[in-house]
Amino acid sequence: MPAILLDRVFNPWDEIQRYQTEELRSGLYGATASFVGTMRDFNIDEKVSLMTLEHYPEMTQHFLNELCNRCLKDYDINNCLIVHRFGDIHPGEPIVLTAAWSAHRVQAFDACRNLIEELKSHAPFWKKEATDKGERWVHDDLKP
Amino acid sequence: MSINVQFFASLREQQGKQQVTLEFTRPITVLDIWSQASDGLKMPNNTLCAINMEYVKTDAVTNDGDEVAFFPPVTGG
Repeated sequence: MPAILLDRVFNPWDEIQRYQTEELRSGLYGATASFVGTMRDFNIDEKVSLMTLEHYPEMTQHFLNELCNRCLKDYDINNCLIVHRFGDIHPGEPIVLTAAWSAHRVQAFDACRNLIEELKSHAPFWKKEATDKGERWVHDDLKP
Repeated sequence: MSINVQFFASLREQQGKQQVTLEFTRPITVLDIWSQASDGLKMPNNTLCAINMEYVKTDAVTNDGDEVAFFPPVTGG
């Protein structure tokens, strides 16, 4: 149940296949649920050409590891996986993969949903977008 | 006591620095650390704080050698 941070393009389907082959015994699981987040070329009515994803390396890794551990305790699953990009990301490139393996679909779906929702709410990543009007932090409503 | 202070994302840009080390003679809260580290800038209302990579509130007290981080609401995924 690793959490992997990458500064390069990755293929989420290859990651699922690789992890499943290397870490899960065939016949153990009956359901695989996955979520893939992909970069759009638009956001809030503006065209976006590049996104830079900043993170707090040690805390992000720590948080994602703990998230995987909690997911294994809270859901009846065999295994789970998180892969997340950082650095410069272009439209069409995957940003994040969450996946969960279980004997049955309900727990796999629920665990996978929990992974991405918790990640989006609490993992220390910040998106900065490059648009035709310049750079902007996503959801940056900080007002001193 | 020595505290390593880190700023991320828009807060790093507003502060004009990513990291600073501060020395104190007694235990001090996260809010006090912000005041000392931020050169008088008021802390934005939705700022998130962490000590040693765990989320805390601004009244949490730090210990010698702690790493304190300040950052805006997260937007991963």
